[in-house]
Amino acid sequence: MVSCLRRWLWLLLLLAPLAQAAEKTPSPAAVRIGLTPVFLDDQAAFVSAWRIYLEARLHRPVTFVQRGSYRETVDMLREGKLDFAWVCGYPYVRNRDVFRLLAVPLYKGEPLYQSYIIVPAGDKQTRSISDLRGKVFAFSDPDSNSGHLYPEYLLAKRDETAAGFFSKTFYTWSHRKVVEAVASGLAQGGAVDGYVWDTLVFSHPELTNKTRVIAESPQFGHPPFVASRSVSPQLFDDMQKALVNMVHDPEGSPMLAILNLDGFVYGDPHLFDGIAEMFQFIEARRNAASQRH
Amino acid sequence: MLHLKDISLWYKIPLRVAALVIVTAGVLASVLVYRSISDLHDNLTANATRVGRLVADTLVEPILHDDVWRAFEVVNLPFRSMPNQASDQSAEYVLVLDTHNLVYVSNKPDRFPMMRAPEISEPSIATYLNTPAQPWPDEMAVVDAPASNALFLLTPIKSDGVRIGTLVMNYSKTPFSIRLRSLTRDAILITLLVLAALLPLGVYWGRRMASPLLQLSDAMKRIGPHLPAPEEIRLEESKDEIGLLAKSFKAMLGELKEKEQLQQQIITSDRLAALGRLASGVAHEINNPLGGMLNAISTFKRHGEQDPITLKTLSILERGLLQIKETVAALLVEARAQTRPFDLNDVADICTLVQPDTDKKQVNFTREIDIVEAQPISSTLVRQVIINLLLNAFHATQPHGHVHLHIYCDREHLFVDVINDGSHIPQDKVSYLFEPFTTLSEGGSGLGLWVIYQIVQQLGGLITVQSEPDRTQFTVQLPLEKPHE
Repeated sequence: MVSCLRRWLWLLLLLAPLAQAAEKTPSPAAVRIGLTPVFLDDQAAFVSAWRIYLEARLHRPVTFVQRGSYRETVDMLREGKLDFAWVCGYPYVRNRDVFRLLAVPLYKGEPLYQSYIIVPAGDKQTRSISDLRGKVFAFSDPDSNSGHLYPEYLLAKRDETAAGFFSKTFYTWSHRKVVEAVASGLAQGGAVDGYVWDTLVFSHPELTNKTRVIAESPQFGHPPFVASRSVSPQLFDDMQKALVNMVHDPEGSPMLAILNLDGFVYGDPHLFDGIAEMFQFIEARRNAASQRH
Repeated sequence: MLHLKDISLWYKIPLRVAALVIVTAGVLASVLVYRSISDLHDNLTANATRVGRLVADTLVEPILHDDVWRAFEVVNLPFRSMPNQASDQSAEYVLVLDTHNLVYVSNKPDRFPMMRAPEISEPSIATYLNTPAQPWPDEMAVVDAPASNALFLLTPIKSDGVRIGTLVMNYSKTPFSIRLRSLTRDAILITLLVLAALLPLGVYWGRRMASPLLQLSDAMKRIGPHLPAPEEIRLEESKDEIGLLAKSFKAMLGELKEKEQLQQQIITSDRLAALGRLASGVAHEINNPLGGMLNAISTFKRHGEQDPITLKTLSILERGLLQIKETVAALLVEARAQTRPFDLNDVADICTLVQPDTDKKQVNFTREIDIVEAQPISSTLVRQVIINLLLNAFHATQPHGHVHLHIYCDREHLFVDVINDGSHIPQDKVSYLFEPFTTLSEGGSGLGLWVIYQIVQQLGGLITVQSEPDRTQFTVQLPLEKPHE
């Protein structure tokens, strides 16, 4: 067990300078794409294959950049350190002024997805988020729509805040780990990306079997690919085509199958209006609360 | 009641060897088991201590940042044992307690939910870890909790010297006792195997060790009024102490035997000497009146009346007196004054003289004469001795039997061996063989061997007899006279 941890630490030590090097001295022409855990980004082999696929379509080197939180990726995109990023709809609507919508994944034929509220499978009583009062609740990322904003909104509508309603909340920084936290019993409830949970049902049923979905949100715009303002129109178009054409590509469609997606579409910014409304609702309540004080 | 000390060595030595083997094997096995278990314990403690320190250090940041998930991953990852694989050295559960001793996170959230006192889920923890008598240690501590069959490793989580939490690792001792059982079972099995191999060997060695002692004790038991013959005593020859003892015992037995024989000889020769003295005394006392009586008869025959009846009576008296005289003369053997030396002519004479007897019985008479020149010893007496011995031999042997005469000498002695294949002389008669009137067969005078003995005695020699079935040997050893200066 020590060796396991030690190996893990060594790996981190070894990878850290590599990651830094990649960040500091990218090839001038390299396309830098930020990835976040809006999909199952812990599949290194798949990510590598996808990179090669995109390099062939863009005729340029591609670098995928993975970070521990949405915020870091979003900040890097804002600062122009990334060209594109696959982020959640929530950071997109908050940065609509600086990000351009590139493509939206098609899930079950629609560019939409849901947030699931899950509890441990052993918990047979809980029927809605209201039953989770005083429990430990796991969020995925503070900047996640499905993993944070939606449950916050649910509570706000009940005139509650997460801090007051739950005895304890924590972030796992990934949807998959929310499922793990709930499955292990560490948290008695969690909010998770419905697309990720559905995908895990196929790839890791032993994990999802230990959890039970008690509530599904309305449909929101699926976490989109967005582009930095600084990206050239040429690259923007190339990248957009590369993603949208994946479904027609004999090499691309198996990758979509792995992603459990039906393809990418150009997407309409209004897809994310629902997220923006929830955000504004919570903001308004916060402002009202701070004014009351 | 049978005491242990009374048991025969035949059983006692193998029993002791077996006991020694069993005790040794038992002690070795126990020591090995004890060592293995204590090694296991030490390994577990050392391993747990290392892991505890590492995990406690890694936990500082997640706790400071209230990052529950990372803290969970830290405590979960290293202690997650492989499914379906019981490991001796993985913690049963790991708790991270906050400063109020509530569960901050654990790797078994089902059992130890967050923000609850651990003793709610596991009351034994309070008994061992949280009593005033045993306050939370400020340094790493290993607490043995015998009642809950577990070991607790307590590691303070400190940031900048301030305790921000405590890492509690619980190691079940069940794998321990399973290991102890399997080790003990193996040890017993190996011990039994070793015993199965060593015990027969030990018993065999024990028997080997005991057997010469038993032989010795057996031999000693047989020494009674009669000494056993050396060939009847079977003792192992070796150069160890027991071998030396056996050797000494044999030597002692030989000496005893020799002494016994010597005693027998002394008794015999004493008796014969006394008889000789008595015989010569009686002979002298008889010879004096006998001479007078014979003279008187002779005188009366010459000068008295020649009445035929008287003459007849006198001659009867005279014959009787002469027979007495002969008998007395035979008893009174006296070495005559020096005669000529004994030479090969004497041997030829002897052969001629005994010829009629050999012919009569068709005896196969062989001779082996190893003297060439005349030997300085009285030929008359030697001839008498040899003739008497030969006549006895012819008499003892069966018709067509075999008699062998061997005459030889060294610088100081003349030896005469007379060997016949006739009936053998019983042991109990050998002691009386040389006494007068001892006859071994019908028709003997009983004086032949007496005369031989007396002559040999007077010449200062020795006569011995060795008799076994089909072979009786008389050996006469006579000293040669020293040449006159």
